[in-house]
Amino acid sequence: MKINVITFPGSNCDYDAFHIGKTRGHQVQFVWHKDTQLQNPDMVILPGGFSYGDYLRCGAIAKFSPIIAEVIKFAQKGGLVMGICNGFQILTEIGLLPGALMMNESLKFICQHQYITSVNQDSVYTKGLTPGRPLDIPIAHKEGNYFINNDGLKLLQDNDLIAFKYCNEKGEISKESNPNGAIDNIAGILNEKKNVLGMMPHPERAAEGKVLSQDGEEIFASIEKFFV
Amino acid sequence: MIKAKVFVNLKPSVLDPQGKQVMNSLHSIGYDNIEEVRVSKFIEIKLKSDDLEKAEIEIHEICEKILANPNTETYSWNLEHIPGE
Repeated sequence: MKINVITFPGSNCDYDAFHIGKTRGHQVQFVWHKDTQLQNPDMVILPGGFSYGDYLRCGAIAKFSPIIAEVIKFAQKGGLVMGICNGFQILTEIGLLPGALMMNESLKFICQHQYITSVNQDSVYTKGLTPGRPLDIPIAHKEGNYFINNDGLKLLQDNDLIAFKYCNEKGEISKESNPNGAIDNIAGILNEKKNVLGMMPHPERAAEGKVLSQDGEEIFASIEKFFV
Repeated sequence: MIKAKVFVNLKPSVLDPQGKQVMNSLHSIGYDNIEEVRVSKFIEIKLKSDDLEKAEIEIHEICEKILANPNTETYSWNLEHIPGE
């Protein structure tokens, strides 16, 4: 697989995404936010971090980076675009995904291991996952409280566009297992064509033996199956 | 020159944990009369030109494009002439 990782000023998970891609045997390239061309990718990753210092709103200023126009074109042609954390925030700001990421209900930056479960088996990203099975994937954000209006939420639910929800260690989705106040416990969503995924948790931080959880590997393995 | 004062407010349907926290703090120091607090953004912009009509269009455009997120926020602004520097 050919992966392009976009680096914005303030991205800080770009090397993590790069590293995991390489470790799993893919051809990975960084693409600078000022570039005007992608490097012929199969998948684009918008990594976590604090693009442009997250001034004004998270992801709001990244919207005007030259490379974004190319990412939008790529997504519109059906290319895979995965936004993690700040990448998810950017995807909502540029309109590839609906809704917005608001400040956590606790007003605190939350950095912890978090269980999520897939609730969808109908996308490249989730096909190989078992709904209800908890995956331990770390979160690290202050603005991860997903919000969408009632009509938008219904659209996500009716079209099976919710990819991941926060849950407990048993896979139970409840208010208690919601770390940030996200509506309907949403941790990740898909666009209508299901080629764009945005998620707050960091699968790239849980995908090798050196770290505490390897559950992120399942998400990458699911994507890889699509390219075999 | 023109000074634009832009207000970006959370839509009423959007929860405002920051506002809620401020309200809790006010209650805790005895301001029982406070019913609700919403925290908004106030942005001041200075424009080089003196053309109010153009400024209206420009500020509206800026609000749409970047200052507000239409999913969660509404915006309003007012303009005033200020002496040039």
